[in-house]
Formats: sequence, structure tokens, C-alpha cells
Amino acid sequence: MSSLLNTGRPPVFCPGCSHERITHALDKAFSNLGFQGQDVVIVTDIGCSGLFDTFFNTHAFHGLHGRALTYATGLKMAHPELNVIVTMGDGGLGIGGAHILSACRRNLDLTLLVLNNFNFGMTGGQFSATTPLNAQVGSGFLNRMERPMDICQVASSAGAPYVNRFSSYAKNLVEEIESAIRFEGFSILDIWGICPGRFTKRNRLTPQIIEDALAKMPSIKTPVSDNLRKEYGRHYRELAADQKAVLRPTTIEKQFNPPEAGRKEVIILGSAGQRIITAGEILCLAGLAAGLKTTQKNEYNITVLRGHSITEVILSPEDIGYTGIARPDVVLALSQEGVDRRRHIFDDLDHRSLIVLGKEIDLPPCKAEVHRIDFKALKIKPHDRALASLGILAKLSRVIGLNMLASALRYRFRGAVLASAQDMVEGVEID
Amino acid sequence: MGFCLMEGNEAMAWGAVDSGCRFFAGYPITPATTIFNALLRLLPPLGGICLQGEDEIASIGYCLGASMGGLKVMTATSGPGISLYSEHISFAIGSEIPIVIVDVQRLGPSTGSATRGADGDIQFLRWGNSGGLPVIVLAPVDVKDCYSLTVEAFNLAEEFRCPVFIASNKEIAMTRENIDMDAFGPQKIIHRASPPPGRPFIPFEVPSDSRTPYFLPIGGRTLVRQTSSTHGPDGYITTDSDEIAGIQDRLKNKLLLAVETFSFYESFPEEDADTLILAYGITGRAGRDAYNAFKKAGKPVSLLILKTLWPVPEGLIREKAGPVNRVVVVEMNLGQYVREIERILPDKKIDFLGRMDGKLITPRQIEEVVFDV
Repeated sequence: MSSLLNTGRPPVFCPGCSHERITHALDKAFSNLGFQGQDVVIVTDIGCSGLFDTFFNTHAFHGLHGRALTYATGLKMAHPELNVIVTMGDGGLGIGGAHILSACRRNLDLTLLVLNNFNFGMTGGQFSATTPLNAQVGSGFLNRMERPMDICQVASSAGAPYVNRFSSYAKNLVEEIESAIRFEGFSILDIWGICPGRFTKRNRLTPQIIEDALAKMPSIKTPVSDNLRKEYGRHYRELAADQKAVLRPTTIEKQFNPPEAGRKEVIILGSAGQRIITAGEILCLAGLAAGLKTTQKNEYNITVLRGHSITEVILSPEDIGYTGIARPDVVLALSQEGVDRRRHIFDDLDHRSLIVLGKEIDLPPCKAEVHRIDFKALKIKPHDRALASLGILAKLSRVIGLNMLASALRYRFRGAVLASAQDMVEGVEID
Repeated sequence: MGFCLMEGNEAMAWGAVDSGCRFFAGYPITPATTIFNALLRLLPPLGGICLQGEDEIASIGYCLGASMGGLKVMTATSGPGISLYSEHISFAIGSEIPIVIVDVQRLGPSTGSATRGADGDIQFLRWGNSGGLPVIVLAPVDVKDCYSLTVEAFNLAEEFRCPVFIASNKEIAMTRENIDMDAFGPQKIIHRASPPPGRPFIPFEVPSDSRTPYFLPIGGRTLVRQTSSTHGPDGYITTDSDEIAGIQDRLKNKLLLAVETFSFYESFPEEDADTLILAYGITGRAGRDAYNAFKKAGKPVSLLILKTLWPVPEGLIREKAGPVNRVVVVEMNLGQYVREIERILPDKKIDFLGRMDGKLITPRQIEEVVFDV
């Protein structure tokens, strides 16, 4: 097999840079694997490792610092057959830490080469996530307080199934890279090397020193047996194949006439757990069954099981512009905290407005018609009170009729839930 | 004719699917999360992909990779996520990667209020990239727009190979509304143009009759180069200042000189009106109500609702404002787009009505400003 090196753009690394060795080893690995240029995309990070894509006649994607794995993920998901090789430095490892961990956990079939030369070569030899504590770097004394991380230990504990660490000068460099590419799953290679432009200007580092230092590192057994599992893309496609197709939403045709003419505005004031938003939705659906336009605007706490829950519904024969409600035609006041949240609305109500009020709730003084309900005596639990109140509205022929409501329930619910909802709205008694 | 009930976010998800979107990645954030929820149900059964990124930077990064792989992609977030998207927005602009980015705006600054609406990102969307090149921003008014502008957004992203923003708002995104899904019918769908066969592919070479390069996917038979660095047509770094200037001009002009082809709006001109109400987004609805109230009262006031915000459709605005002496700009922030209107209509009296407290601007407020001359 021939080389995939781009002869028109030979490597431009500093003399003595170990990146050059890796460039040639990667090419040899491609050749041994029988890859053509179109079988491979090289995704590169920022820094000297970010030059790799230009040296090869393959697909190429060069992006922002630390983010190479994110593009690689999108590419691999889009083209499962493509061999995705990512090159990044120890700088990209640090800034892209979240992406490294995520790639380890996910186990998508990417091959990550971390070209670890213990500093930021391109910007002046600043310290990285792997710089030794005693190194002289471009960041003054700052590295002396930050412990270098062991990429392999981090990757293993994050779930990477293929983890390895070796020197750029290793005799079997080609075979190590080739083996990582062959592995189906996420593989991460911590490849130690020399940055003559920056690091070795002030620090002594030779292939032998690297070899000795590697020998002192905790041993690694790859693949990491505890982390062996299904490759993400394969697994994703399996699970996705089991997902049921979603039907387009069915429309509701006009079947009834509303009991009252004109635009009607309803506010339901309640608490989390009272199914306020669902009741609002049913009110909207009931409106659709009468050919009305409708909007539903909700307000609730982000802690969804506590606090107020409020829904504002407008039903109108005309198109609805502004979706707020200033003076509602109907207020369903079902909890004290709901009422307290909107106390100001009661000031403007007159006798044309109707309030359906839970018996125990204190109402600010207002001129509206109040329909007080003893839900407790009727044995209607808090989570059914909003739905029961819709039944009351329908029985009073305010805003919606029973036929509209029944149709909405049939659209929204099925089976036992439908039966109990129907019982609730039909059974609720009004004085 | 019937309706179903749908929130804006869900309508966007359907618009995306109908546009051929087959890749979505996002990070959960109120009030944009339900777009992710909907696409997680819709895409996998269609053979599409929906991912939850480890953060916003990753989410949009996945999208850029998948888009270069040839898929139509979308991501959705709110202001805090747009902040994190910034480096990748710049990438998508400079390296011409098609992507639809939904910003379901919530009240800022910063973390702000997760469940309160605002239109506070309007200048941010335009300028939140390094280099300052133009972007496309569309603004829906209602659930119907959430569907149809999403289709437009995909078409524009494909046609011009660029990021297209949809500036939604919690008040549209999470408000349910009647929508007639059958009324849309089959949509006209645009795909990024492939080069004609028989010539070597040059990744950023532009056809003679266009300012947008042909596209081939990474992963196909022809080798493709993509880079975030300043590059020449061949996709390699260039330092030739003439070449760089040419590319920057092209990136600017491909949108600025084409905006008339995608200036979406609703116009309600009234004869003899002295004032034009100019609004966009959710506020356009209060504008419609105010306009109708004036019409009923026999007081002529014109209304223009912009749905293309960036590039500023200057020709359209000048034309619609031509007959009036005064323009009242209404927006759910402390004054952002009004700057553009002041810039392009120096001879008109420009008044501003804004609000940034999580509450909608009411039709009554607009009426008061219009009459309080």
C-alpha cells in the first residue's frame, strides 16, 4: 500500500520534534491497515498537533482548541464506516477535559492520539495538564502547584476501553497506533514526546529519560477489561431501530358550538401536583372542538413538585394576538399560593367574571360572581380539582359545554384514565 | 379544516424534520429543552440522530461535524448556551458550515430567569462572533412561524452555507396554540449544492454565478478539507492578504446582497398613517392587537412585523416607513433593534417602547405610546 502523506505539504515541525515521528508512524499504520485517503478523516485540535491534517491526503477537519472530539463524534455518527483519527496535544486535553471524559464514557469508535509533550509548544511553553511539577515553563512558578494528571488513569476510570501510554520513540510505535485504530470503540493513546522548540530549551528530556519515566508509571493493561462493552454508534443504531415512529398530530375539527359568544379568558390558579397545566390543555382542546382559536401560557416553579402552578387560556373565534390576560372571564382558584401569586387580578374583576373557588381559600375582595366549592366534602382530591372545575364550568355553560369537554377528554386520554376523567367531570355537583 | 394544539418548540421540531434535518444535538436548558425532547422522539425512528452533549460547546461541535458529514443539523439553546456556542458560531460563519441554531430567549443577563421571556439577545446573535461577519436571524411570531421559519432557516443554511439563527422566545416556544399542520402542505426544500462532475473538487471554490461554494461531505469518495483557520479556496491556511480580503468580502456579501430574497415580514399599511409600529417576535402579536384597535377606532396607524432581523432588511424597512413621519419600535428589551432603525431612517422620528421584566408588552402600552405624541 502506498503512503497517504501529502508530498506537496511535508511536515514543518521544529527539527527534533517527536510529532514528526508520529506523523510517519501514523502514515505507516494507515498503510498497514490498507486505508485509502477517503477511508480516513483526520480531525485535529489546536497547536502543533493541529497541523497533522495538512500532512495527509485524507479527509481533514481542523477546528477549535479542545473541541476536536466533538467534531469527530458528529462525523462518526454521520459516517459509521469512516475511520476517525483525532490528534490533540496535552493542551487540548486540558481545555477539552469534559469532551475527553465524555468520549471515554460513550465509547464511540474514535482513535485519539494525545501528543503529550508536557507544555503548550505554540504559545510559548506554558504549563499544561501534564507538565511535571519541577519543570521550567513559560508560566513562571504556576506549574509548581498543579499536579500533572495521568491521562491513562483518568481515561480508564472514565470508561475508555482502549487506553495505552508509550513513547514517540517506541520501537513498535506503528503497531501501537495500528492496534488502537483496529479496536472497535474509543481508544486513547498517551504518546510522550519531546518539544525541542520550547520544553527542552529549559528542561532535560531525552528518549531515554522518557523511557525511564514511563517505566515508573502505573502499568496499564489494554484493552481495559472492565470497560469493554458495545461500541456506542452500533449500540445507538440498535436502540434507535426499536423506537416507534411518531405519528403527525391529529387535528380536531369543529363539532360543537360554544355556549357563549366571543373571546373568553380563563386563569387557573393552583399548585404543583394539581394537574393545572393538563387542565389548561384540556380547556384548549375543548375550544378546538368548538372551532375556536386558543392559546395556553403557563407559569410554574422550576422545582416542579412545589410551589404555584398557573395556566392562562384564551379561547376566541378570532385569531389571538397578545397572549396575556388582564381581566379574566373565569378564574379557577384552586390553591392559596396560586391565588396569592396573582392577587392583583381580582381588583379589576366585575360581576361578569366568574370565580370557581375552593372553599378553604381566602380571596381578595372583588366584585366577581363566586362559586364556592367544598371539594373536600365532595371527596375530590387536590389533583382532580382542576379537572372537576372544568366539569363545573361546563355544567354552568360558561366558556365550554359538556360536549366540548367530553370530546377533549376523549382526545387527550385513553382507557382507565379516560373513564375516571369522564366520571370526574360528569359526577361533580353544582349547587 | 381542523387544528391541533402545539407549543412553538414542538412546531420547530416538526419543521426541522420536514426540512430533512437528521441530526440534532443539544444540552438541556429551559426554555429550549422541549425542542430536544421532541426531536429525541422524532429523529431516531427516521434513522436520524439526536444526541445530548456534555455541554453546549460539545453539542454544537457535534453538529458541525455531522453537518460536514453531509447531514442537515440543528441545535437549540437559550442565552447562556449561545454564550458558550460563540467560538463555534464563528467557525460556522468563517468555514461555511450549514447549521440552524435556535435561541429560545429568556430573561437575562446571565443565568437570568429560566422561565421568563425576553428578546434580549437580538444584538448578541448578530455580534456574538469573532470577526463580526454577518449572520441570518429569523424571528417567529407564533407557533405557525415556528414551523415555517424553521423550514426557511434550513433552506437558507443550505443555500448560503452558514449558521442561521431562529430568535424564539419563551413566550412563543412554551405557549401552546392552535395550529393547522395540514395547511402547510409539502415544503420546498433546498439542499447544499454539489459541484458539477468532471472537475477536481476545490473545497471553497465558488461557482461563477454564486458567492457560496459547492459542498461535498467529509466521508465521501472525494477528499474534503475543512478548517477553522483563515483559508484559501483549497482549504489550506493562506497568508495572502488579497486572497483573505476577497474571502472576507464574499462572506459578507453573500448575505448582505441577498437579504432581499429572504426578507420575511407582515405588513399592515394604512393610508394616511403618520405612525408605523415596528415590532418582531412575540411583541408583533401585541402590535397586531394595537393595530386592530386603531383601525376599529378609525385612527390610521401602520404596522410592520419583521421576521428577518439580520441582515437588516433595509430596503424593506425604508419602503414600509416611506409614507410615515414617525416609527415606534417595540421590543422586549431595553432598546436593541431600535438602533438599526435609527441608523437607516435618519430623517424619521423614532420612538421606542421596551420592557425587560419578564412580562409581555401589552397592546394597551403600544396604544399609549402611539398616541402620546
